This record gives sequence, structure tokens and C-alpha cells, in this order.
Amino acid sequence: MQPEPFNRLEARTLVVRQSNIDTDQIIPARFLTTTTREGLGKSAFYDWRYTEDDQPKNASPFPVAGAGDRQVLVAGANFGCGSSREHAPWALLDYGFRAVISSDIADIFKSNALKNGLLPVEVDQRTHAALLERPGIRIVIDLESCTLETEDDIRAQFTVEPFARRCLLDGVDPLGHIVAHEEAIAAYEAAAA
Amino acid sequence: MARSLFDKLWDAHVVVPESEDSPAILFIDLHLIHEVTSPQAFAVLEERGLPVRRPDLTQATLDHSTPTLPPGPDGRLPYATEDAEKQVHQLEANCAKHGIDLLGLDDPRRGIVHVVGPELALTQPGKTIVCGDSHTSTHGAFGALAFGIGTTEVGHVLATQCILQRKPKSMRITFEGELSPGVGAKDMALAMIAQIGADGGQGYAVEFAGPAVEALSMEARMTLCNMAIEAGARVGMVAPDDTTFAYLEGRERAPQGEAWDAAVARWRELPSDRDAQFDSEVRVDAAAIRPMITFGVSPDAAAPVTGNAPRPANDSEREAAEYMRFAADRPFAEAKVDRVFIGSCTNSRMADLREAAEVMRGRKVADGVIALIVPGSEAIRQQAEAEGLHTVFAEAGAEWRMPGCSMCIAMNGDQGAPGELVVSTSNRNFVGRQGKGVRTVLAGPATAAASAIAGHIADPSQYLGTEARDAA
Ligand code: SF4
Repeated sequence: MQPEPFNRLEARTLVVRQSNIDTDQIIPARFLTTTTREGLGKSAFYDWRYTEDDQPKNASPFPVAGAGDRQVLVAGANFGCGSSREHAPWALLDYGFRAVISSDIADIFKSNALKNGLLPVEVDQRTHAALLERPGIRIVIDLESCTLETEDDIRAQFTVEPFARRCLLDGVDPLGHIVAHEEAIAAYEAAAA
Repeated sequence: MARSLFDKLWDAHVVVPESEDSPAILFIDLHLIHEVTSPQAFAVLEERGLPVRRPDLTQATLDHSTPTLPPGPDGRLPYATEDAEKQVHQLEANCAKHGIDLLGLDDPRRGIVHVVGPELALTQPGKTIVCGDSHTSTHGAFGALAFGIGTTEVGHVLATQCILQRKPKSMRITFEGELSPGVGAKDMALAMIAQIGADGGQGYAVEFAGPAVEALSMEARMTLCNMAIEAGARVGMVAPDDTTFAYLEGRERAPQGEAWDAAVARWRELPSDRDAQFDSEVRVDAAAIRPMITFGVSPDAAAPVTGNAPRPANDSEREAAEYMRFAADRPFAEAKVDRVFIGSCTNSRMADLREAAEVMRGRKVADGVIALIVPGSEAIRQQAEAEGLHTVFAEAGAEWRMPGCSMCIAMNGDQGAPGELVVSTSNRNFVGRQGKGVRTVLAGPATAAASAIAGHIADPSQYLGTEARDAA
């Protein structure tokens, strides 16, 4: 399945300040007994959104209905640490997020997110601190120029691994890219045998 | 040019080199799969009409969703949910369809994916190994380049036996000096993570080195490499040596006869050259390490078990302290324990079970404490029973279960109740990891067993003989 192309996103932010938000927070393991990737939004941040007897929590930063126009999640440092479950970006996308901003984002999560069209944006400490202070602010994230800009003029550059960026902007298919090197793979196998 | 173990492994598997535009295409020698992270990958093959390229390099096992209780009177396994059972059947069907060897429910070799790979000697020095599970770093203990991947990548590897990767930076973590008696690999791992932080290894492939690492058994090296991901590093490795070869020799999938000698000769070339350069060098004082526990909700919140809970220094730490209910400046030993879990790919091997049994032998689990002991594989279960360890545990009042991930990820029905304090030999103390509202304290097997006996967090040294235990 190819993710939707990502070019420019204009939305508002949803801020959670905690650092080390792990994949068990993003989607608890009990929701992993699924064999599809659809409909995981209802499980996103489940234990932040619902009480132990499945009642919506009033104080939750995450609206029950979904992200709405707050499609950009701004979170504390080391976001997405923990497991390799791709269910984490699937759940965030289905909930309505299109981008995650932090000062650093865990490697496997970042790689999984990029493959699904959820843009992981790592920004410098100052920008990060400023964004954490301004929940709900309007923000424009432009993947072509790798810049972000808020309505009150926070501006920052970020980097995205060039191949993943091309996949998102131009709809390049990574599996197709590997398959296109069939000859090299076959040669490697022959040499190794 | 002098190369590190990691450089050698990387170079040997490049099918198409990395460029500014594109990551390298790396060949994968062993692809391990299990029921949780593979169904959506097989679905992609289905959609695209692609076969599995190398079923012969793919090994499947069932571990995450499988019950650890035996079948009921109706002969059915007590699955946590219908979905869990469906997931198991889905993997069986996918493996049958694509000709992949599956360690199925009644296979005497079945077990946790990172336990059975080494047991069968599918895991070997010099291999690239991937699996849709972040603790794949475990296999690095053998001098393999092993890392966890997401489900999209599982699909890539099924279809092409290759993966797109940028070469990470390299880090060497050297443990200097000797471990004290009663201190194990889990304590080394927790001390190391406390020192460098839960994201200290992010972006790095880590090699563990130094005399304290060389002295470790293979089982202990696996525990150490297993925890690399908890420091943010996808890869943790130890150079292969005689300890490695002795472990592998004669196992089911190890090369035999002349092929064995040739393999060992190749493997001896793998350790880092003396002048190899690393992007980062970290030193850890092994002699200073004590039996460790975690007190927060991130694995880097670790301290000696004999200490006091620290004062929180920021909002995150305050929240963690509130969740864990450790009072600042009070001894950890005051914390009452509800449940103990000894198991997971971190600490469920024979050495771990023997260590726990040594503490529990002739003693009783404290009133009100539930202790669950879950071997990492069928082979371990058999061996432990042959040694009578299951009787030691049963007489102590602990539950002896069937192999699986169990309370490490708590998706098979084994879990704690809200608010319970669980001392666990697994790898993650995240909020809710072992059940909603469960407070997890990570520790090594001796500390976990000691806490079960004492009924509160306890230093294992009071229960262990004075003779120095071997470095395992
Ligand atoms: S025991 Fe835990 S960490 Fe290991 S494979 Fe199972 S779920 Fe993953």
C-alpha cells in the first residue's frame, strides 16, 4: 500500500510535553492482535484517552473524536521509543495526525512513520521548546523546502532522509526500488552460494 | 584501512551501495518472523502478487500471542481473545502457503523468536538478521548484524530478501574492570542505560567490548545485546570468540564437519581490527556495578537495588515518580511487591532460571505475591524440568508456565492488575506495558526471585551463597 503523497501541510498543533513517549503509549500491546492495518485510530493513545473502564477521560489532551484540524503532534524528546510495531504510525494516521515534531524521534519509529506518510520532523532545541509552549498554534510544514513556519513566526529547517523524502513527494515506491535491482540481488546471491 | 566488526558485517552485505539519493540495499541472511508483525506484510505480497523470495532464509515461530497455560479440558488452548487465536492461525496459513518453516504450537523447538534463533544455531557470526521486533539486537551477541524492523520492511524482506538502510554511526561501549560476584548482564545493561540515557545510543550501531564482556557466557551476552535498544541503539554486538563457537558447535543448524572448521576460520576474522575507529566511545566501570532495578517508566531510570528513590528533578520525573509511587529518599526495599515475572527474551534462558531457582530453593514466595516463571523455549522448559527446577519453583509457590513472551508484552492474557507493582526480568517498564496501570520494576532474575520471596523489593545477595558465582 502506497502512502498518500505528502507535500505541504497546514494545520494546528496538539502538544504533549512528556519525553520518552513510547510505542506502548501510542498503541497499547493488547490492540496488536489484529491482522490488518485499518481502523487503529480508536486505539491511538488509548490509555491516555480512556479510563480503566473505557470511559473517555475529561483531562486527556487527545480529543475522543480524533485529531480534527490539529494534525501536527508536538511531543517531548525521544518520541516513539520502544517497539518496532508499525501499528504506532498506523494508529496515529488513522486518528488524524499527518506529522510529529520533536527534538529527537526514535529510529525505528521514524523509519516506520516515513513509510506510511506520517512525517517525523526533528527540530533544534529552541524551536522545540517554543513549539511546546504554544499548543494549538497554526503551522505550515513544507516538505519540498524542509521548512516549518508558525503563524507567530517560529521558523525552522529540518532534514528528512533524501530517499524517504522523494518517496513522499513523488510517490516513489521503496519496494519497487529494491525490485528494480533484481540483477544485483541475483548476482549477490550467486556469489554467496 | 582498519575496520570494526560492524564495518565488516556491513561491507559484506551491500548489494547496492548507499548514495546521497538512496540508502544501501543490504542482503539479509536470516529473516525471523512471528504472528504479530507479519500478517500485514504477507497481505502486501498478496496484493502485489509477489512470492516469498527466500523461504529457506526465513524462519517463523509463535510466541507473542500464544497462551502460556496448557490446553483446557476441551483440548483448546486458552487464548486471550479470538483475535489472538486468529493471528496464530494466520501465520500458520501464511507459512504453509509460502513454504516457510514454522516452529508451530506442538513443535519441541518452539519458543521466543530471539531465544530459538540462537538455540538452533540459525543465529551465527557474520550474518545479517532482521525481525519485526525491536529486540532483534539480541542476536548481535554472536557477532551478527541484527536489528528490528517495521512491518513494511518485513514485506520488503519477504519479497526481496533485502532491505534499504543508511549506515548508522558506530559506538563502542567498553566495560572496564571485572564484575563483582552476584552482578549479572542485566545489571550491566541497566547501569549502562542509566549512564548514557534511553536515547544515548540513538543512530548508532553499538559494539560491547572490554574484559567484563569477554568474560560473559553467551546467555549473558544475549541479555546485554537485547537491552541495546533500550538505550536507543538498534544494533548491539559482541565480537565472536571461543565462547561463541563453543555455544554453537553441534547445534541443529550449525555447519558440520569441514564446513564447521571453515566457518570458524571465517568468523575469527570478524572482530574489530585493533585500530578500528568508532564515531563514539563510551566507558563503563564494570567493577562499580551493583544489582540494579528501575524506579521510573523509562529503562534509564535505574539505580542499585540497595539504594533510595531519588528526588524527581523535572516534570517528567515527577510524573513517573507519582505513577510508580516511590517516595523520594526512601529505600526501594520498602516497596511492597504484588507480582514477579521471570521470563522474556531478556532473561528466560537456563542461566537465568538456575539463578532464580538458587534464590527460591527451599524458600516460599511471600503471601499475596504471584510469581510467574516462563521459560523462553520448549527446549529450555525440557532442560529445566530435567534439572528439577520446575519442582523448586512449584515448592516455592511460583507458577511454572509454557514458553512465550507472556508478561513481557502482556498481549496473551498474562498481565498485572491496575496499580500492581511487578518486578520483572523483561526489558520495558513503560506505563501500562504489563497491563493497564501496572507499575513495572525491571531487574535481573536473582533480584526478581529475591523480591518474590521477601514480598518487597529485595537485594538478592542475602539469599545467595557466598561462593562467587561464575560470570554467567
Ligand atoms: S519477550 Fe518481549 S521483547 Fe522479547 S520478543 Fe517477546 S515481546 Fe518482544
